Amino acid sequence: MSQSLAAAAPPPTEPPSPAVAEGAAAKKIEGRSPWRLGMERLLRDRAAMISLGVIILIVLLAIFAPVIAAITGHGPDEQFAATGLTAIGQPKGPNSTFLLGTDNLGRDVFVRIAYGARISLIVGVAATALTVVVGAVAGLVSGYFGGLTDTLIARFIDWLLAIPFLLFAISLVVIIGPSLVVVIIVIGFFGWASVGRIVRGQVLSIKEKEYIEAARALGASSWRIMFVDILPNVLAPIIVYATLLIPLAIVTEASLSYLGVGIPPPTPDWGQMINDAQNVYQYGAWWFLVFPSIALLVTTLSFNIFGDGVRDAFDPRGDRLFV
Amino acid sequence: MSNESVVSAPGDDDVLLRVENVVKYFPVSSSQLFRRQRDFVHAVEGVSLEVRRGQTLGLVGETGCGKSTLARCIMRLYDLTSGKITFDGHDISTLSRRSMRPYRRDMQMIFQDPYGSLNPRRRVGSIIGDPFAIHKIASGQERKKKVQEVMELVGLNPEHFNRFPAEFSGGQRQRIGVARALAFRPKLVICDEPVSALDVSIQAQIINLLADLQKEFGLTYLFIAHDLSVVRHVSDSVAVMYLGQISEIAPTSQLWDHPRHPYTDALLSAVPVPNPDHAGQQERIILVGDVPSPVAPPSGCRFHPRCPKAAPTCVEQEPVLEPRLGDGPDHRTKCHFPVADGEDLSLARPTISAEARIVETGILAGDDTSLTALGSKEES
Repeated sequence: MSQSLAAAAPPPTEPPSPAVAEGAAAKKIEGRSPWRLGMERLLRDRAAMISLGVIILIVLLAIFAPVIAAITGHGPDEQFAATGLTAIGQPKGPNSTFLLGTDNLGRDVFVRIAYGARISLIVGVAATALTVVVGAVAGLVSGYFGGLTDTLIARFIDWLLAIPFLLFAISLVVIIGPSLVVVIIVIGFFGWASVGRIVRGQVLSIKEKEYIEAARALGASSWRIMFVDILPNVLAPIIVYATLLIPLAIVTEASLSYLGVGIPPPTPDWGQMINDAQNVYQYGAWWFLVFPSIALLVTTLSFNIFGDGVRDAFDPRGDRLFV
Repeated sequence: MSNESVVSAPGDDDVLLRVENVVKYFPVSSSQLFRRQRDFVHAVEGVSLEVRRGQTLGLVGETGCGKSTLARCIMRLYDLTSGKITFDGHDISTLSRRSMRPYRRDMQMIFQDPYGSLNPRRRVGSIIGDPFAIHKIASGQERKKKVQEVMELVGLNPEHFNRFPAEFSGGQRQRIGVARALAFRPKLVICDEPVSALDVSIQAQIINLLADLQKEFGLTYLFIAHDLSVVRHVSDSVAVMYLGQISEIAPTSQLWDHPRHPYTDALLSAVPVPNPDHAGQQERIILVGDVPSPVAPPSGCRFHPRCPKAAPTCVEQEPVLEPRLGDGPDHRTKCHFPVADGEDLSLARPTISAEARIVETGILAGDDTSLTALGSKEES
């Protein structure tokens, strides 16, 4: 089906060249992998490309946060009691010095949003990576070996899904103490179960294929079969799910920080900024609440739209996956 | 297709693969709440056969008769329930996966489905290179060179190693499967219906390819098929399987000229005759009923519920696979009442009651009253 879809689109530059001289044909013999077909579909998806552009902007914002700080002359944690606060100690609205205004301590909101993007992206990517790696390995092992291994992992997943995530996360952070690593591990620990289930289901159907039998007939080890023969076949759903997990991880991190159990202050963080802003919102400091919220909204929205695009591109039948 | 390059040492050494009394059951658990009952599919039950070096043994039978299961047992993709498999003088029937590995270089398998047997996400070069990678024979450029050699051998364009299976036709894909199996020039190749998924014109190409390769490398084939004309073309001898057992085994020409088992006879009568002028002359033997369930195979001779010559003995007693009606030692038949030359099986009528034939599980067949009733009727 992937081919027919690709064929329906305007043909890429190379026309099929039947019966060209062997030497000339050799160049074009490079096979078009399912990945390339998916990439080509993804590149034609306008919404996905726009959201990818936005994501790249946010990444650039995060990378060049120190540059922004240098240009404005405002450090992320620097408090400007004299210039950044009004006479009665309230935050100042957007002006030429503070582009997006200041917060309740007289810090530059724009610089803090830029630095906050770093936290959000790091948590989003790292927690998702952890989720996907643990989930994929657990799913592969569980699906391939079956039997007792499968039962144990399945029961563990059931147990995991039965735990109220937020309560557990809050109490864990309270015990261990809040830090970036703890937040990443907590999100990853609770997220892998769903990936594990998806991978397990796929493995169950793939391991009955004849090519797995062929690999066993050749004497391949179980690990080789799992990672060389099965993994490439479950990679598409994993990648699709991962792109949809990133915004989820970002929102979860923001929620934890909002509740005060995420990234410890004074590190700039969107969730925490939103929480701080609530206290001064009633005095008219709308910018302090609105701009971090928009940053969070735009980031998660772009990742979600991009994730949808990835799913449409790599899973065109749309019948193998959730959502 | 016999081979001359093999040292023709007669006797035991001549046998590459010996299968003795192999049994394979698959558990089917029909669990009602709290009460779990274990039934077994009797997929292969007491199969014995030999394959000689450089020869081709054809294995025919209906779908579900256990041909593929037997092949996978020989390849040790399944563990045997019981029985013994001797390959090249070594007992491999209980080897662990790890200790089985060296033998896998000498025995390989070609699969039925050219679509399912190739990993869609891997390039052809890497699929054919798998044997070299798994056994750590060659890597990098050397592996690529070897892969291209094998590709050329089976008639694929070596330049295509970078392509994906989806970019090949069914026949080409089967050539890829052949290339993968022959990468090491194994001694034994088990062909599990290698052509049944292909177009007839492509079938001939693949069969000729297999024949050429056999000649070139002195390969030994166990050729599984349900197409009798294909089997006749490629095999030196043929084993007919029915419901997990071998019902007749004989050199190919022997089997075609003097089929002894009624099942063989019926199978052969179903082969289409190429010449329509002669088509009417051959009497087609129609078997009644379906293949019984392998979960509860019939008692005695497994063919008795469908056999036109079934008699009470067939229900009570399992026949032995042995030479019948003065056949040579290599023509063995598992039948109490083998078909004599020139006998017209389509005229034969069973002498057991209809119930005993129709009831597939053999519950009624084991019932003495029906048999005695039948017997008394005949006396009167």
